[in-house]
Amino acid sequence: MSETIHDVAVIGAGVCGAAIARTLSAYHLSIALLEKECDVAFGVSKANSGIVHGGFHHPVSSLKAKLEIAGNLMFEKLHHELGFPYKRVGVLVVAFSEEEMKTVEHLFTQGEENGVIGLELCSAGRIRALEPKINPDAAGGLFAPGGGIIEPYGFVFALVECAQNNGCTLKTDFEVAGAVRQDDHFIISSRSGETVSARFVINAAGLFADTVSDIFSAEPYTIIPRKGEEYLLDRNAKAFPDHVLFPVPAGKSKGILVIPTVEGTTMVGPTAIEVTDKESLDTSSINLDSVFTHAKHMLPAVSRRDIITSFAGMRPTLASGDFYIAPSEKVPGFIHVAGIQSPGLTASPAIAEYVKDLLKSIGCTLTEKEHFNAMLPRKKTMRERDSVSMTALVEKDPRYGNIFCRCETVSEAQIVEAIHKGHRTLDGIKFYTRAGMGRCQGGFCSYKILKILARETGLPITAFTKRGTGSHIVSGKLSATLFDNNESGPT
Amino acid sequence: MITSRTFDTVVIGAGAAGMAAAAEIATAGFHVAMFDREEYCGGILLQCIHNGFGLHQFGAELTGPEYAETFADTVRSLPVDFFPETTVTDITKNDSIIIITTCSPRSGVMEIRTKAVVLAMGCRERNRGNIGIPGSRPSGVFTAGLAQRLLNIEGYIPGKKAVIIGSGDIGLIMARRLTWTGSKVEAVVEILPHPSGLTRNIVQCLEDFSIPLYLSHSVTRIFGKNRVEGVEIAPLENGIPIPDKAWTVKCDTVLLSVGLIPENELSVKAGIELHPNTGGPVVDQHLMTTVPGIFACGNVLHVHDLVDFVTGEAKRCGKHVTSYLTGNDTVPEKNIAVEAGANIKYVTPNRCTIDGDLPFFMRSLIIRESAELSVSQGTGVVFTKKIKHVRPAEMISVTLAEKGTAALDPSQPLTFSLR
Repeated sequence: MSETIHDVAVIGAGVCGAAIARTLSAYHLSIALLEKECDVAFGVSKANSGIVHGGFHHPVSSLKAKLEIAGNLMFEKLHHELGFPYKRVGVLVVAFSEEEMKTVEHLFTQGEENGVIGLELCSAGRIRALEPKINPDAAGGLFAPGGGIIEPYGFVFALVECAQNNGCTLKTDFEVAGAVRQDDHFIISSRSGETVSARFVINAAGLFADTVSDIFSAEPYTIIPRKGEEYLLDRNAKAFPDHVLFPVPAGKSKGILVIPTVEGTTMVGPTAIEVTDKESLDTSSINLDSVFTHAKHMLPAVSRRDIITSFAGMRPTLASGDFYIAPSEKVPGFIHVAGIQSPGLTASPAIAEYVKDLLKSIGCTLTEKEHFNAMLPRKKTMRERDSVSMTALVEKDPRYGNIFCRCETVSEAQIVEAIHKGHRTLDGIKFYTRAGMGRCQGGFCSYKILKILARETGLPITAFTKRGTGSHIVSGKLSATLFDNNESGPT
Repeated sequence: MITSRTFDTVVIGAGAAGMAAAAEIATAGFHVAMFDREEYCGGILLQCIHNGFGLHQFGAELTGPEYAETFADTVRSLPVDFFPETTVTDITKNDSIIIITTCSPRSGVMEIRTKAVVLAMGCRERNRGNIGIPGSRPSGVFTAGLAQRLLNIEGYIPGKKAVIIGSGDIGLIMARRLTWTGSKVEAVVEILPHPSGLTRNIVQCLEDFSIPLYLSHSVTRIFGKNRVEGVEIAPLENGIPIPDKAWTVKCDTVLLSVGLIPENELSVKAGIELHPNTGGPVVDQHLMTTVPGIFACGNVLHVHDLVDFVTGEAKRCGKHVTSYLTGNDTVPEKNIAVEAGANIKYVTPNRCTIDGDLPFFMRSLIIRESAELSVSQGTGVVFTKKIKHVRPAEMISVTLAEKGTAALDPSQPLTFSLR
């Protein structure tokens, strides 16, 4: 089989892979973005807390801090270009004792050393003025106005779409299973036997970066999954704060946060527990109790009654605690982007620039395109529109008038758009449009979305899944014959 | 261009409550607009293809669609403009004029001006997130109502082996429905020591099919990476699951029938006060909310056991709207607060002046074969009644007559208690 040899294959369409693919798509390069799941952002990125961090949590000596600070400053431009949901609302670290205030002072100094602008040490009065809902016992804290909130999957979708518009090839359901070197390139094969050839390979495989490194016979390392459970509260929850609220960190993680999501819900979490199984995204009742105890202490209005859903995600960590972004010494043409845990999303645009420079340093020729299109048209959500703009939209396409998801106000037209952009699972459509992400959790819109999927693709409803192979929604079509429900159901 | 229209009354929701209220108001000669998100009127009744509806209203056992059709026929014969596939996006009030904003594929954005509004949006199902069942997040977890819709209207089988969490009526009905489809229902798991659904549904939907009902048990984990593979069930002792006594049941489907929540997001937008116990608007004896001119009835007000009771309440609501429009019902100046006392979850209406026979509806927190309901003000008892077969699943109704309760003090709450 003769096929194109790509200049670069990026393995993993999470936030790092997506940012790298988009950055590289500004150059005369043929790029393949390979994703093992059926949609992009379906791994580590989909459970990201959605915070653009403030740059004070990590010491300047770490690669993490350098890329976090550089990345943080890139979001205004990216937001302008790609229009994903993003707001620089500022973050607060809330202290409850003299002891904790000492740590806050350390964070302040660390942030100053890192070159963060606008950090402010807050008295008890100042922090209450900034965030009136916090526990009145707060002793003070740190204010980082440069921190922000972002919709993580919205960011990844936008990066990937922009890369695709500039010629990048996306292959989903492509789980890298083998790689061989032939002449000047690698032949990468998927679990299902498909192959992709590329001269340079970037390993942004998140939790499975160690496996991919092994497949390419590059440096051995172990990705340690650290699980985080998050709880999402209703958009009417009284807990919704004005800033992202951090406790004073103790140990490896940043602690249990109260996050005002950019879409108006409140998120509480994450926990941080090292686990062995990379795919066990279970939540537990013990953790729920501890998350809410911690969150309530910081913000008493946090209530379990407002929970609309919970989920768990994994941070792909390395024993060093830092990012590992470097060309392989063993395998020429292979670059590791591993151990990208918090503040990975914040750092991702800077990681992309860093990887671009590494690629150049190992011999990849980078020539800027004359007509790179950095922009994606910004689409207002239905929620943001007034009656006049809604009317114009419905006149243009009546399907905008058909509100499918009542909780998040998503129309039929948006569902159709998502399907035609390649999002063909209920979760893919949910992350792309927010339909099913609200308080009823798809109770009212799931069947409507299934019907539209069938209409738009010509496939039967039995063919559709929640998030890819094995996660079918229904088991079969009702047959005219009683006690025969085996017809056309997937096995 | 935004279309503007004017109606005497707007009814939001074309289910059992909306249709009965619209019919009542239109019969009195008023021009009514009725909105629904769905293509047809009937609401959730359309997916309830089992019988048992209409015993109180018609003295007959109808199916859900038959029950709905009776009212749809009436509505069609009256001056009611029905707007299907139309979402009400906002309610605002400007002096005495209420402005409703709607959105639909056919008419785009409309602004409707009206004097009165009936909220009849019904309720939604509590879901997995609301009750926080731990475990993985595979496909195959449905609310019972969604499974019912998929099966009865769309014609798809949710799964072949199911465990049902909660013993609410929809869950019980779905246990039978799945069995008839050829799917196996392994268990119905109820956290409370008593069923949440009606006794007749326990008998007809579980016992008749030998489906085990585990009371005082809880599903403590859902397993499965892509699709549900099983659940862990544990008995409860003093409300706490006992892990040592837990066991695993293999299944590919989990249905949730764990309660309903009145859908009042629109009511909140309109500035209406909600009652913490019902989740519905605070209403007076005319079923008028805290915003004059806006009324509420049916499951948006409080969750009913039987559609017949919804219809009854909606008809009364329609009558009150009619009186309001003709200026016969004035907003009373002195309203007595109504409160739930011992062993009562809630009482509706929440405020009243007793100027005639006034029905009250309430839900018990206890199970008793025989109990005494008492209504008191301060230390004085104003009314008592013996009630048989008291249970949380069955709504209690009593009517207070003006005569018997003339000496009420408007400054003190009326408290309803069960003993």
